[in-house]
Formats: sequence, structure tokens, C-alpha cells
Amino acid sequence: MVLDNVKKDIYETIDLLRFSTAGSVDDGKSTLIGRLLYETKNVFEDQLDAVKKTTERSGRSGIDFSLLTDGLSAEREQGITIDVAYRYFSTLKRKFIVTDTPGHEQYTRNMVTGCSQVNLTIILLDARMGVLPQSRRHGFITKLLGIQHVLIAVNKMDLVDYSQSVFESIKNDYQDFSKKIGIPDVKFIPISALQGDNVVQKSSTMPWYLGPTILEYLETVPIGLDININDFRFPVQVVLRPNLNYRGFAGRIASGRVKKGDAILSLPSKAKSTIKSIDAFQGEIVGSCPSQSVTLLLADEIDISRGDMIVHPSNLPMVSSNFNANLCWMVTSPLKVGQRYLLKHTTQIVKATILAIDYRVNIYTLEHEKALILQLNDIAKVNIETFKPIFFDPYQKNKVTGSFILIDEVTNATVAAGMIL
Amino acid sequence: MDDIKCQTLSHLQQLEAESIFIIREVFSEFQNPVMLYSIGKDSGVMLRLAQKAFYPGKIPFPLMHIDTGYKFPEMYEFRDQLVKNLDCRLIIERNEEAILKGCSPFKYSVPKCCGFLKTQALLNGIKKYKFDAAFGGARRDEEKSRAKERVYSYRDKFGQWDPKNQRPELWNLYNSKIDEEESIRVFPLSNWTELDVWIYIQMEQIPVVPIYFSHPRKIIRRNGFLIPWAPHIPILPSDTIETLQVRFRSLGCMSCTGAVLSPISTVDDIIEDLVQTRKSERENRIIDHGSDSSMEQKKKEGYF
Repeated sequence: MVLDNVKKDIYETIDLLRFSTAGSVDDGKSTLIGRLLYETKNVFEDQLDAVKKTTERSGRSGIDFSLLTDGLSAEREQGITIDVAYRYFSTLKRKFIVTDTPGHEQYTRNMVTGCSQVNLTIILLDARMGVLPQSRRHGFITKLLGIQHVLIAVNKMDLVDYSQSVFESIKNDYQDFSKKIGIPDVKFIPISALQGDNVVQKSSTMPWYLGPTILEYLETVPIGLDININDFRFPVQVVLRPNLNYRGFAGRIASGRVKKGDAILSLPSKAKSTIKSIDAFQGEIVGSCPSQSVTLLLADEIDISRGDMIVHPSNLPMVSSNFNANLCWMVTSPLKVGQRYLLKHTTQIVKATILAIDYRVNIYTLEHEKALILQLNDIAKVNIETFKPIFFDPYQKNKVTGSFILIDEVTNATVAAGMIL
Repeated sequence: MDDIKCQTLSHLQQLEAESIFIIREVFSEFQNPVMLYSIGKDSGVMLRLAQKAFYPGKIPFPLMHIDTGYKFPEMYEFRDQLVKNLDCRLIIERNEEAILKGCSPFKYSVPKCCGFLKTQALLNGIKKYKFDAAFGGARRDEEKSRAKERVYSYRDKFGQWDPKNQRPELWNLYNSKIDEEESIRVFPLSNWTELDVWIYIQMEQIPVVPIYFSHPRKIIRRNGFLIPWAPHIPILPSDTIETLQVRFRSLGCMSCTGAVLSPISTVDDIIEDLVQTRKSERENRIIDHGSDSSMEQKKKEGYF
């Protein structure tokens, strides 16, 4: 690691960036991630030795960086990535969690899964090919999943003589598209993952490019503003009753802030109270922020159980048993209108039915088309009815209270990812 | 009162909050969860997170130690002391039948011994107590097949993992639905790295087994490995035995855990060393050396 000779207290305070990578087969995703791990010195000697040996055995020389991210034996045999994999590396500025998604069949399903937890997505383009339909598809999925930051890595610049005009024309092409669909923050970087240009080291081969390298960008992209600190939402996970005098509501703050003395309202009962204290293992805390796991104690004895939501009375989520959502279908057996599923939303599970499919998005043209069923990898706008009202916000405003999964009651499989509109 | 200021949480605060969320979620959605406790540093962190998740209450599920009988004496001592202080139920599960038959990595192979003493004992324990969820302290940065495993790892009624047929895991919405006899292995430390674990141990002052630190020990030198001496380990003519100043980077069965020569005696030094080190944690685990994909194979058969 690049933490050499530096005190660990820096490492205690750095923040976390989760990013995913998207690209087609052979766009160089694994090579890029392997290179990032290697050049930030996050690869161990024994792992590197193993990769060198494998590279030699296949009759090549040097280090095949893509092998650093290879997982299962079935994948090595076939030279492909089967499933979403997670990688970890850190520098003195940030810790990174990389979600690596494969670029072939079941692509949409895997990319949606991989994107569901990240701050940023790197979309790889092959400089020789330019903007392909799948590059637009990848951009569309990042928009759908509400990813705030997209980094377009124009890869294989070494194969187009590091040409500025090739890069600029790809950039212009893609900008037209990303503006049209409304991706908030798009950055373009010309790279060669194979040669290492502009990945960690600045490239001397592209003096015309003055921007950051991939790593510099990942280390500095501001993510603090992506957090919703305004709408306080607290889905109750567990009611803690260690003794007769203690009744704490444990959970993770989905969004917004809460502090001692705040007036609160509990859904669905609409009972009101105030925050008596906020407990954590280290002692009482004055206030807390999004994504912290805490325990709330209230001034009044009101009936609250798992699945209920504690909010501020002046800022309520929607409460309804009918809503529209974007849905990504994730299994081979098709979705049928009218069939019943289990819907998991925050900390509650309710029964639900798809009342209608509004349209399906043609993933190649991004046009809307009529559909009676949904199949694996389909993305569609649907209307859903739940058997009990749920408390939600639009996904684009609040990822935690705007997302849900559907579970098949018979097979127990996770069949769909949903984003409330 | 003014609105409180919200800074971005540090990566360790985020990991902690996520792990506590996972532990509470499992407790709420399963009938009968258990926490697999291996006595190692990762288990120590997982246990602390469980304490935090239910504070001021006690940990509301039992711990289970899968014991092969071949662990370090220091580990047993640490375990028994810890349970006394923690006031929670510890189940010790052993495959007595295989132990009686003298199962050892020397009599059989390492994978076979692991299969009987660990995988089989674990599956027996889960079946005997009808556990439907079992927490494990595995991390994704440990090993490449772990890097592909979900936080909620679905296992069929034989405890088997099918890497090609895993449930997609979206946001923090975990799918806890299973049928009778099936189970879920839950890995709340999935996103932690070895360095994260040690820094957390230091921040939280979590006690660890003292043999993570340098101590003099009778060691068998064999094929470049430093194997801790124990009465059950047969001595080969080519072995040399000497007392060396060593530590262990990860803990397991004595016969399969290599020592490293090291003067390191504090958590601070371990962190410093990790930052500098170029060797992976499992390098001295003889168990992983069977083949390139031995962990993948074992997990498919029901391993942790």
C-alpha cells in the first residue's frame, strides 16, 4: 500500500468511495482494475508471483493485470467473469470498494446490482470503436440507478496513436447523449490500461490532455453533497428491550439528521413524541447523520415495531399502497401482470402485485415499447399495488426509501430491483 | 438547537454502521441465528459489532465454535476466558466420531481432514440446533472465491454454495427467504480488509489471542514452513526443531498454521507492518495451498 511511513491515524479518518466498472467484453475492465491495484501497491507479492507464473504459462511475458482480478476456477478456464466481484484498495486519501461486473450475458442484471451501492461508475469505451449502443446502455443504467458521478475512460488510446481528435470526437458524441438523458456529472479521461497511461501515472504520450489521471479523479471527486441530509427517515429495524425501563428503537438513519429534543412522528400510526436520547455503544450522542446505526429513545410510550418509520412531523414521506416504479427483471422466468410477489422495502416486507406494465425500455435504442410480460434483463415502468401502504420517497431523491426488491414467494428468488418514481 | 453538522463518515465508521445494520437485520428476519466464533481477530471484531448492535442488551443469539481439537492451547484459554466475561452462550461443536478415529492432516490429506473436522462439524451443528442463519467473520479481501460471495450467502439443505447461482444483492435490501432445512451464511465483515480489522481492534481496544504477537515457541522447520510444535504433529527425518521468536498472522489448527519470524509485539506494530508488507495473510495457511481453487471447492461442499 502507499501508506508507507505514514501514521495510521490518517488511515482512520479517510472516507470511502464505492465505484463500479462497466464495459463490454474486451474493453479492458479487468486490466484497468488490476493496474489500479498494482500501481497503488495493493497487490501482495505472493499474488503477483502467481499471476506472473500464469502469464508465462500462457506463453506471454510481463504481467497480465487482468489476472489479478480473476476469481473462480470456472472463470479462469473460460477466461471470463461470471459474477459481480468486489475488490478493495486504499491510498492515503480514500479507501475504495470496487464492484466489478462482467460484460456479457445477464449484463443488465449484474450492472444494476453492481450500481446499486456505488457513488461512481467508470464506463470504459474502446477508442477504436467510439460510442457504441452498449456505451449508451451503460449510461442509461447509471442514470436509472441515480449514480451521481460517471467517469468515461476512453481506453486503448495506444491503438489510435494517442490521438487527441479521436478522444475529442468520442467525448463530444457521448456528451450529447449524457446531457440528453441527464447524467449530472460526467468526466472524460483518455487512457491505456494496458500501458498504464493516465491510470495512476500521468502519460507523457498525451501532452494535450491536462486533466487528472483516473486515480487522481477517484481520490478527489467530492461525494459529500450526494448525501441527503434534509429528509429525516428512520426505518425501525429492532426494538431493544433489555429491561423494563428501556425501550430503544434501533436502526440505520436512511437520510436526514436527528438530534435530542426533536419532535418526531411514527408511521403508520402517526403517533407523536420527542427524541429523549440517541444511544450508541460508546455512550449517548447529541445528534446523528445519514447511514449511522443508532438507537432512538422517545419521551413517550408509543407503539412502534419493526418496519415502522420515524420521521419529523414537518417533513413526511409519501404514504401509499399504489405507486409507479422502474423495474429491472432479474430471473429467467418472466414477470406476469397480476401475479403476487413479496416486496421488501426498507425494513418491511409486504405482499404486492404488478397491476400494469406501462412500457418496456428497448435497451438498444432506449425507446419505449409495449410489453405484456418482462423477461430477464428487461427494464420497464410498472404500476404496483401493495397490500399495505408503504412509506417512501422518489428514488432519485432518496435511494434508501425509494428502492425495493421483489421476491418470488415460491422459489424465494430475488426476481426484481425496483426504483420508485 | 441548531441543526447538527454532518460530515462524511470515515470509511471505518461506514463499515461499522453497515455491519451493525446487517447483524440487526439477520436477528430480526431469522428464527434461530448463530454466530460462528473462531477465536481469531475477525471473530473478535464481529463479536464487538454484535455487542454494539444490541447494546445495552446482551447478544441475543448463541456463539458456536467449530472445534477440531487441533487449535493452539492459547486459543482455548482465550475462548474460555472471553465467554466468562461476555455472559453469553457458547456452543462447542466437534466431529467426535472423526476425532476418535484419529482424523488428522497426516493420516489423510489436508482437504479431507478439513472436510471431516470443520465442514462436517459445522453442518452437524447447524442441523442439530436447527440454525437458519450463521454469521461468519470471512472477508472478501481474503481469498478470490470469497470476493464473489454475497453478504447473505444462500446454502441449500446440505450447506452447499453454488457460485453460479447466487441471488443478486441490491442496495441494503437482503433477501432472507429460505425453505425448511436451508440456511444462510452471513458475512457482516465482507467489506473489511485485514488492515481495517487491525485498526478497529486498536481503536476499540478489542482483546486478541496473544500469539498474534511475538513470543518464543518450539518450531518445526519443514519445506520452508515454520510449523508450531505440538505432540500430535509427527516429526519427519528432514525436520529441524528449534525455539524461535515468532508470531501468527492468522490462526487455525496448529498443524496447518505457519508461523512467521517476527519481533512484533503491539497492535501498533502490526498495523505498521501491514502497511509495509507485501505478503498476503493466508500465505502461511497451509490449507489454501492444496490447489489454486481449494477454497472455492470447500465452500461448494458447505465450508464457512
